[in-house]
Amino acid sequence: MADFEIKDLRASVEGRQILKGVSLDIDKGEVHAVMGPNGSGKSTLSHTLMGHPGYTVDGGEVCFKGRNVLELEPDERARLGMFLALQYPVVVPGISMTNFLRTALNAKRGYDGKDKSKQISPKEFRSMLKGELEVLHMDDSFLPRYINDGFSGGEKKRAEILQMAMLKPEIAILDETDSGLDIDSIKFVAEAVNRMRGPELGILIITHYTRILEFIKPDFVHVLVDGKFVLSGGPEIAARLEKTGYSEWVSDEPQAKEVV
Amino acid sequence: MATAPKIDVGSDYKEKYGFFVPEDFVFKAKRGLNPEIVKEISWMKKEPEWMTKMRLRSLEIFRKKPMPTWGADLSVIDFENIFYYLQATDKQSKTWEELPPDIKATYDRLGVPEAERKFLAGVSAQYESEVVYHSLHEELTKKGVIFTDTDSALRDHPELFKEYFGTIIPPADNKFAALNTAVWSGGSFIYVPKGVRVDIPLQAYFRINAENMGQFERTLIICDEGSFVHYIEGCTAPIYTSDSLHSAVVEIVVKRNARCRYTTIQNWSTNVFNLVTKRAQVFGDATMEWVDGNLGSQITMKYPSVYLMEPGAKGDVLSVAFAGKGQHQDAGGKMIHVAPNTTSTITSKSISKAGGRTSYRGHIKIYPGANNCKSFVKCDALLLDDESRSDTYPYNDVDAENVTLGHEATVSKVSDEQLFYLMSRGIPRAEAETMIVNGFIEPFTKELPLEYAVELNRLIQLEMEGSVG
Repeated sequence: MADFEIKDLRASVEGRQILKGVSLDIDKGEVHAVMGPNGSGKSTLSHTLMGHPGYTVDGGEVCFKGRNVLELEPDERARLGMFLALQYPVVVPGISMTNFLRTALNAKRGYDGKDKSKQISPKEFRSMLKGELEVLHMDDSFLPRYINDGFSGGEKKRAEILQMAMLKPEIAILDETDSGLDIDSIKFVAEAVNRMRGPELGILIITHYTRILEFIKPDFVHVLVDGKFVLSGGPEIAARLEKTGYSEWVSDEPQAKEVV
Repeated sequence: MATAPKIDVGSDYKEKYGFFVPEDFVFKAKRGLNPEIVKEISWMKKEPEWMTKMRLRSLEIFRKKPMPTWGADLSVIDFENIFYYLQATDKQSKTWEELPPDIKATYDRLGVPEAERKFLAGVSAQYESEVVYHSLHEELTKKGVIFTDTDSALRDHPELFKEYFGTIIPPADNKFAALNTAVWSGGSFIYVPKGVRVDIPLQAYFRINAENMGQFERTLIICDEGSFVHYIEGCTAPIYTSDSLHSAVVEIVVKRNARCRYTTIQNWSTNVFNLVTKRAQVFGDATMEWVDGNLGSQITMKYPSVYLMEPGAKGDVLSVAFAGKGQHQDAGGKMIHVAPNTTSTITSKSISKAGGRTSYRGHIKIYPGANNCKSFVKCDALLLDDESRSDTYPYNDVDAENVTLGHEATVSKVSDEQLFYLMSRGIPRAEAETMIVNGFIEPFTKELPLEYAVELNRLIQLEMEGSVG
């Protein structure tokens, strides 16, 4: 049995079924890439896995640590060890990044405002943060800023990876993390993700383009078309898509390699 | 600045503020309102004749003026069922130890003596109708600062008192200003001499303990030229099944180049009608700042106002209102530009939950000849569910030239996207909602001294948990 199993997942948005039976096994230590053209259901997959209220599960199971995570609230999924780096990180005014990171970390550690022994100490928090900021080539000037407020595209994506580094998930879903990034930002983000790679982390990269896969090498690549996987295999699939795009399955699709 | 500190919430409003102690009074006027009761109050206080007359005249005005019907529904107030004067102890103390034990215990539970030790330059504590405790740092006394209760000020500083009392808000201003002038008792009197800066805040704490009590404190602050003072008031009451009335009048004069900040964190229980008139007159290059946090109460009607009398005068209102089940917070601000080259801003933030209702009501008046004025109003409302309600009633009268007037209003809901984002990081729903609300009022919270910011965030957390009311 794999560490994280998606079994015949079906999900719809506003009454329209988008995922039509997706199955995927992810073991910790592996990096899987899900690639697909626009409208194939990539975002639906990532949001449904994390429990976004706008997506309705029509069937299937997602098993992780003996639980069907589809029955859990998003915060329970996160505390169980899942993480989603969003394609469009959300602005939340009035809450500083520091406060957000600390609150999230404390929640992850099971601190509910009562048992102080579970709370992260200011010293531990600062030293953890300092190390991760360096890897992402970020300075601490963004910490007092409100969550994603006024952040550039690159800052937002780096902030997502910073959260991932702090929260240390066991299953991380990176949804179009490369979109809207310049080449330097992609390198910093990839470097940070590669540092986290290891036997304790399974990664699911969701992407339209092959570019990020040049920096974060996947072990497996799956092609999602119209809510179903049409092809699964090793990294060679990414290479093939870079040449032909998704034209095998759909017409009028741009090349899988982003034209910069 | 901490926005949503994680604080232990073991108790709800009932335990922290909603307790009451048995009434043990030295004098309690009969229920209801008539000239005899007004005379009795004035006699008890040994007031000069002019004040007795002013009270009686104000009572007449109160009776003649109709109930205002343009705002919240006040028809449920039964003026004959209220106690207008209650004296709980016959002397004022300079140390907490001298207070009667039940009153001391009340303030201990509210944390007032501790706050005084930590970060206040002076404290006044009003219990029912009278100020029972008073203190001011000695160095401020030496500099000529007066911080006393309003009754003592009438006795000890009669000329200064008479010069300003009732001049900024005359009894005929509105029905509740008339009521207050008829039966006022307690409140703070502050005079800051020329050029003196009071760098540490002064605080007053208003506590209603008895049922069906009316509290009518009267505050008068005079900031002489080039001075500065920050005055903070906190207000709480127990939860009774029948209503209490709080109807204060606050008059402030800010002379040239002076600055006054008046911060309110009111947290009345939900059986209190809170109908308050607050107004400041501001002269050349002086600044008045109202920082007004309205939690609790059944109905609040409060529109702090600033009269900008001379060029360079500046007025700010920054307010937050939180309305839960059965509550109506009708709040806002008024900016009256009498002189040219004056500026004003009103920033109003409101949160409605569980069917609560918030209204922003504001008035910007720019008189003829008051050219080159600037005024900006921003009201943001946050609705936490579909049953709750928010309205804005902005009134603008502009009779001058070259005026810049801005108005922005937004109504939003706690968005699913924000909630999902915070929850996807492991933060439970209730905590995430509280964070979003505290983030929404952060522009307000960051203006408070840290201790009050923490307290306000905690109060919001209690409101969010629905344990209040």
